[in-house]
Amino acid sequence: MPQLNLVLRHRDIPGLHELAVYQTNGGYAQLRRAVTELTPEAVIDIVKASGLRGRGGAGFPTGLKWSFVPKGPGQKYIVVNNDESEPGTFKDHEIMLRNPHQLIEGAAIAAYAVGASAVYIYSRGEFWKSAQSFDRAIAEARAAGLLGQRLFGTDYNLEVYTSLGAGAYICGEETALLSSLQGDLGQPRLKPPFPAVAGLYARPTVVNNTETLANVPLILERGADWYKGIGTEKSPGTKVCCVSGHVERPGNYEIPLGTPFKELLAMAGGVWKGRRLKAMMPAGASSPATPGEQCMDLLLDWESMAAAGSTLGSASFIIMDETTDMVWVAMKTSQFFKHESCGKCSPCREGTFWLTKVYGRLNAGSGTTEDVALVGEIIEQIRDKCFCPLGEFALSAPRSTMAKFPEDYRRAVGTVENGAQQDG
Amino acid sequence: MTDLLQQRFGSEIQAAFARYPAGREKSAALPLLYLAQAAYGHLSTEAIEEVAQLIGSDSTHVRGLAGFYSLFLEQPHGGFVVQYCNDLPCALRGSEDFLPVLEEKLGCKAGATSADGLFTLECVMCLAACDRAPMAQINLDYVYDLNPESLDLLVTELRAKAASDPERRAPFGFGPPSEMK
Repeated sequence: MPQLNLVLRHRDIPGLHELAVYQTNGGYAQLRRAVTELTPEAVIDIVKASGLRGRGGAGFPTGLKWSFVPKGPGQKYIVVNNDESEPGTFKDHEIMLRNPHQLIEGAAIAAYAVGASAVYIYSRGEFWKSAQSFDRAIAEARAAGLLGQRLFGTDYNLEVYTSLGAGAYICGEETALLSSLQGDLGQPRLKPPFPAVAGLYARPTVVNNTETLANVPLILERGADWYKGIGTEKSPGTKVCCVSGHVERPGNYEIPLGTPFKELLAMAGGVWKGRRLKAMMPAGASSPATPGEQCMDLLLDWESMAAAGSTLGSASFIIMDETTDMVWVAMKTSQFFKHESCGKCSPCREGTFWLTKVYGRLNAGSGTTEDVALVGEIIEQIRDKCFCPLGEFALSAPRSTMAKFPEDYRRAVGTVENGAQQDG
Repeated sequence: MTDLLQQRFGSEIQAAFARYPAGREKSAALPLLYLAQAAYGHLSTEAIEEVAQLIGSDSTHVRGLAGFYSLFLEQPHGGFVVQYCNDLPCALRGSEDFLPVLEEKLGCKAGATSADGLFTLECVMCLAACDRAPMAQINLDYVYDLNPESLDLLVTELRAKAASDPERRAPFGFGPPSEMK
């Protein structure tokens, strides 16, 4: 299966980031059609029928999420999750920068569908420069009458704003993001109430990922049946896969869902330097490391990956060649999660701290078999005891590397003799 | 109470407030902290107090925000803040090996500021540009495809830039914030 650029259409259409070029290619025609010809319910029905699922990681059905927003008057919000902070993930930045109008139009259609009059696009603070160019795209669209008051001669009003975070992985979690947007610490809160009922400023709010919304204009243009014809039955459409690490051509590759992993790896030029694939993490630092020999036949859709005991998540593939020490990998991910723990829950805050301590010893060669056992104990102290998924995420690399790459741990504690063959 | 922030960025402050509903001034906390960082050089006690007063919050809350988010710097720092990604995807492509090279060129270790006050070096977590790893951001400008040779060139360029701008200090490159409008 080849690449299929839908949300990455800018790669095939030069200048698509410019409003005029975007409009020449059908841009904003679907927002106009939605607002002037379709009821909000009809828009939701189309998106439901398309089978579009959230591209931020969870894969939740988008149309269903929109339908949870209570009908009736009152302020509602669309919040675009453009926080993109999972190590190995760099797709939303490309969409925001190179195809901004498709994101704005998708968010605007979502806003119309749920009756929201304001959209906030929350980006990680490091996207400061990109947010400035995105602001110019919003201003262009507004000047052209595609956003703003009394849209297309109707009573519908819509404003779109960017808002910047300031460096905090946890703000990718939707309740933490909303808290940050309200000027508070980016810490998760208990659900329910879900944002659809009580989100930004306690008003009904839909939080959608950037890539998810960038799909919406094309679904309206070409129809739900067209969209369902791409990908698999339960995972329709395409997915932008971020491929990083030990490959010849790291980058974003948009593929129909259900494409075999080996084809994605081939698109990225294969493992670099002619080496063998030792392992990959399919959804960034928060996903389990999978041994190379179990990767090649994996089909990249949510069901297939779950059935294989893994996850598709945000499809951020970190590729590791045969020279990679998986104890070092677990140390690196532990350092990340320690740094990014928001501090709300003790098991995560303290547990990630101790994981970095123990992995530091193991990686330095001063660890013992007791240290390996201690990692197992810390995992149990964190597991299922935290408020949000970050605590679980922090355990993916330690658990999977201990289970799948025990020889690396044996070597770390000196029980494998120098020069002994490893099989990764 | 000082008003350096209002003096320098009065219209930017109003533009930040205008993004959020009336009565939700606290939502502008992060935009105002960026501006305060530019106005004061770093988030000093005075900077924190002025932001707190502007958003109608207390300085304890605002100090908490400054400590929570990694792009806010509470201590004086060099004119160039080099935030070097040493997270897994960059490290797989050599960032750990290249770090000593960068430290030597800058004249400071990670976590420190160079003796000439020009550079502050920090190792940071993933910056969402792993397709161009290893990478870094310098006052929020991304630089990509780093290796010992490109790092050498980069530091030489930064020193030349500093030589042509002897007044160069703090503002962390968050500017010109007027573009936030």
